[in-house]
Amino acid sequence: MQIKPAIDPIEAVSAALPGALHSVVQYAGETTLVVEVAHLLKVVSYVRDTAGLIYNYLSDISAVDYYEPTGGIGNRPARFAVNYHIYSMLYNRRLRLKVYVDEGDDGSKPVVPSIVKVWPAGNWLEREASDMMGIVFEGNPDQRRLLMPDDWQGHPHRRDYPLGYETVQFSFNVEEIMKHKPFAKD
Amino acid sequence: MTANSALENQATEWVGSLDDVKNLVTERALTGETMLLNMGPHHPSTHGVLRLLLELDGEEIITCLPDIGFLHTGIEKTIESKSYEKGVTCTDRMDYLAPMSNNAAFCMAVEKLVGLDVPERAQVMRVICLELTRIQSHLVWLGTHAIDLGAMSVFLYCFREREKILDLFEMISGQRMMGSYIRPGGVWRDFPKEFVPTVEAFLDDFPRRIDDYELLLTTNPLWLDRTQGIGVIEPDVALAWGFSGPSLRGSGVNWDIRKAMPYLGYENYQFDVPLGEHGDVYDRYLCRIHEMRECVKIIRQTLKRLPEAKGGFRSDNRKFTPPPRSELGHSMEAVIHHFKLWTEGFNAPDQEVYVAIESPRGEIGCYLHGTGGNKPRRVHFKTPSFMHIQGIPLMSENHMIADLVAIIGSVDIVLGDCDR
Repeated sequence: MQIKPAIDPIEAVSAALPGALHSVVQYAGETTLVVEVAHLLKVVSYVRDTAGLIYNYLSDISAVDYYEPTGGIGNRPARFAVNYHIYSMLYNRRLRLKVYVDEGDDGSKPVVPSIVKVWPAGNWLEREASDMMGIVFEGNPDQRRLLMPDDWQGHPHRRDYPLGYETVQFSFNVEEIMKHKPFAKD
Repeated sequence: MTANSALENQATEWVGSLDDVKNLVTERALTGETMLLNMGPHHPSTHGVLRLLLELDGEEIITCLPDIGFLHTGIEKTIESKSYEKGVTCTDRMDYLAPMSNNAAFCMAVEKLVGLDVPERAQVMRVICLELTRIQSHLVWLGTHAIDLGAMSVFLYCFREREKILDLFEMISGQRMMGSYIRPGGVWRDFPKEFVPTVEAFLDDFPRRIDDYELLLTTNPLWLDRTQGIGVIEPDVALAWGFSGPSLRGSGVNWDIRKAMPYLGYENYQFDVPLGEHGDVYDRYLCRIHEMRECVKIIRQTLKRLPEAKGGFRSDNRKFTPPPRSELGHSMEAVIHHFKLWTEGFNAPDQEVYVAIESPRGEIGCYLHGTGGNKPRRVHFKTPSFMHIQGIPLMSENHMIADLVAIIGSVDIVLGDCDR
């Protein structure tokens, strides 16, 4: 069987899907295609199924929060980003797709379309990202929390979520602490 | 409110959890025709704290819903608050059976992010540690897998050999398990004199021990009955669901990151990648057994390379690695570097990298995003156990509960690795 030689993912995607690429970042030998959210599903199907690309293996989905403790989000286009680390077993190379998403104006959670139909492995990875970073993956069949308890408030991996620790209880602060522990009182 | 009345209140307000899983189990569970049963989180064969919600028709599994997160300790979040060198200690605690692999994945990500070179000798030393880790992780897997299926003596034999490797780790790092021996730029310190002879003695002894395990299991009719044809997963399904490592190779997919994208000079060593054929529990077992033999081959080659490998055990770039203590007495530069590194650490650019290596369980990937400062913005680990637990329902449907124990054991999960 004749295998089509590998083609450059940047050129291929920008030629086949005009308007889908926001920008391209090259760093330390890794290529990142920054994709517009609206075109994400088209891009993932394209890079998986096009001869010469065949990115058939989803390694990882990791969400990033660009919130700065000093305020603002630096020079990034939006506060949140979701990274898809994909791998082509045939051509033995990796690629990172990245989408930037922001919260809604009314403070609603950022929304990204789910890619489970393309790479089923993304199911739990998306659930983890939505649990930890508060990103809604539209179309994921299971929207429950994955790692945190079901009734947990907040999303721990956001940068404005404190690392957290338990205050040591002394007689001077026992009342303040007990306010947060309704069931510890008898 | 008293504790008792609070409980009573909860009991009356509780509306039942069946609604939560309504779309995830079949209709028959809602009518009571099939039974919903919890397996775990406290169950000896779940290898940690894994809860499986099973829908059963008699003893047959209709659906299996894994529930994870009981061992979630926020390690990624913790690393975000530490400098890069201190973050290494956190990675030990994720996959506690293969701490060196986690160290290596994290350190290689840091090195890639800041552009730090690792001397050849340090790379060889890392390979020795990684392969010893692979052997000891596989030994725990074999022991627990066998004891799950009723073979008690294999468990004891495996732990006997594992102790020797843990002693070796104690020799080099002072710690049996969580050594944090691999650091950005190389390893913590040079091997002590007695290390290499001890490893050689272990390697001389070990292949015979593997023969012993095989004698007990490989052709044992009880073992064959329990493992052959159980938990079959097709190669394309395994790939689509993100399997990696021996669990993927058991299905016959030849993908080993050590071969495909060599790191730490793995391209210099001669070794084979054992492949399975049927994708069942037995083939995954064979893959790991053969992998241990390959590890012995690799370590022998590394020991030959070690004396002639160039460079020290750690990079000399003092912006990233601390100077040896002997320099602190007479060099002002060394004192400055020492102070800077231990108070503040080094800075990494506001960029992102993804590094994946072959851990004993499969692909462990470290996504690292710097801020330009001395702490990472985001660390995310792609861990093999996470993906394999996701795949357990695929393998276990229409099997008996007893087979589920074999399936869980065969994908070699560690819950610390999964939940992080």
